[in-house]
Amino acid sequence: MSSTTENHTARHNGIRTVGEPAIVRWLLTAVAMAFLALFLALPLAAVFSQAFEKGWQTYLAALKEPDTLAAVKLTLLTAAVAVPFNLAFGVVASWAIAKFSFPGKNLLITLIDLPFSVSPVISGLIYVLIFGRQGWLGPWLEAHDLKIIFAVPGIILATVFVTFPFIARELIPLMESQGKDEEEAAIVLGASGLQTFFRVTLPNIRWGIIYGVILCNARAMGEFGAVSVVSGHIRGMTNTVPLQVEILYNEYNYTAAFAVASLLALLALVTLVVKSVAEWNVRRQMKSQERG
Amino acid sequence: MGPMRVMKILKCTKSVLPGFGPTMGYTLLYLSLVVLIPLSALLLKAAGLSWGEFLGAVAAPRVLASYRVTFGAALAAAGINAVFGVLVAWVLVRYPFPGKRLVDALVDLPFALPTAVAGITLATVYSANGWVGRHLEPHGIKVAFTPLGIVVAMTFIGLPFVVRTVQPVIEELDAEIEEAAACLGASRWQTFRRVLFPLLAPSVLTGFALAFARGVGEYGSIIFIAGNMPMVSEITPLIIITKLEQYDYAGATAVATVMLVASFVMLLVINMLQKWSRRYAE
Repeated sequence: MSSTTENHTARHNGIRTVGEPAIVRWLLTAVAMAFLALFLALPLAAVFSQAFEKGWQTYLAALKEPDTLAAVKLTLLTAAVAVPFNLAFGVVASWAIAKFSFPGKNLLITLIDLPFSVSPVISGLIYVLIFGRQGWLGPWLEAHDLKIIFAVPGIILATVFVTFPFIARELIPLMESQGKDEEEAAIVLGASGLQTFFRVTLPNIRWGIIYGVILCNARAMGEFGAVSVVSGHIRGMTNTVPLQVEILYNEYNYTAAFAVASLLALLALVTLVVKSVAEWNVRRQMKSQERG
Repeated sequence: MGPMRVMKILKCTKSVLPGFGPTMGYTLLYLSLVVLIPLSALLLKAAGLSWGEFLGAVAAPRVLASYRVTFGAALAAAGINAVFGVLVAWVLVRYPFPGKRLVDALVDLPFALPTAVAGITLATVYSANGWVGRHLEPHGIKVAFTPLGIVVAMTFIGLPFVVRTVQPVIEELDAEIEEAAACLGASRWQTFRRVLFPLLAPSVLTGFALAFARGVGEYGSIIFIAGNMPMVSEITPLIIITKLEQYDYAGATAVATVMLVASFVMLLVINMLQKWSRRYAE
């Protein structure tokens, strides 16, 4: 095989003609893969290996524990409230930010991202300071027999806080890249605002929404630090799945802890698959828009 | 606000598209209720403390030791990620190999895997009889239940930040630059060091800062592997939790305020870095 044809195919595949010698390429690839295997693949495999160490029977028995089932229910409930709230916010905020220009836009985007830079422990603490017994609203809540901290509402609030930016930060750049020509055309042709949104904007951003929702959901179901602060760890009452994992682990009940953890690891794998598909679709859409 | 400014804002917002008022109103309301008011509750509570109370809480020897552990380990982990993250990003963009898309998706695992799960599995893998730990133990290297374990956990959670910040920049690199360097007689290593690395540097620094910031605030994945020995392997977020459990709300608030201010400073630095790398890209 002559080198010219080799170069030609290389260019065709988008591989550069200037590059490292093959041995360097293999070496670098091997080191990178070894690093990823050590830090990512091995821990992931360990979750399932530990979970099934004592066989299927023990695995299923651990999942059927009433406390574990209660934790699963609470986690599903938390995500079912937190995700729609943040989805509505994400869509509304990205419409205001991406389709209009106004002063202070960058500041607003930074503020929306704020929960990402706050430690999860602080995210829980702030709600304790407001709704806790010694908090601002504590005496009032107690007088009316309402409980937020060490109860389900506190868990939901803390989860809403930590998952707050996920959907908005995905939709804002996507909607900005799409511009507003299509929407303006729809309005000029007589469509109402809502019609324009549902018929024109929504189909354009649907993969972005899926991407944001799946990441938001993963964090909502998996949040540990913030929820740990506001939960009170009442078994079967205010324990989410990650907190249940912690309790079982601290009781040296490793097989059960990893069995429950394997549910969360499965959730993570599903999240990665859906995320990859959504990402691929968003990229394709952006490219076709650049061309069109 | 002068009338010119008002005119300017009106002109800015004038658009055929409807709904700016209600959507902006809802955005600001929800943002205030969920994020801004609760966060200011922390700052207000801290402002209510006397200087003595505040300093007594944030400068106690055990708390000072926790800053050293937390920031030191986060720095080390971000450094490891800066090196290996760039390598992983480079390999993913430039070299073809089987299973590449799978590996690419796996890089985001630390984003998707709940921190408690990461914590217990890392603690198990690196403990004395774990898959990795049992090969390190004979050499006298203890990872689990030492500060080294904290570095491992922070490396795990920080990895995607560097890879995902650097990867798109490598994708956008213009082949002509490298070809030109090669034509002018530069070796491959010279090209990387003198030509490519300066182009990548802003994104590497941004990724480093993001990984560092994430490591400093991290709690779930660390407490299982850290051993949580006061003065040795106790991280600052755990100090806050401990104070809360002892109903020391003032102390928890004071330490949390220090951490919050630190994260705001890092956020500012990251924003500046991102602006810098964007200017570099253009």
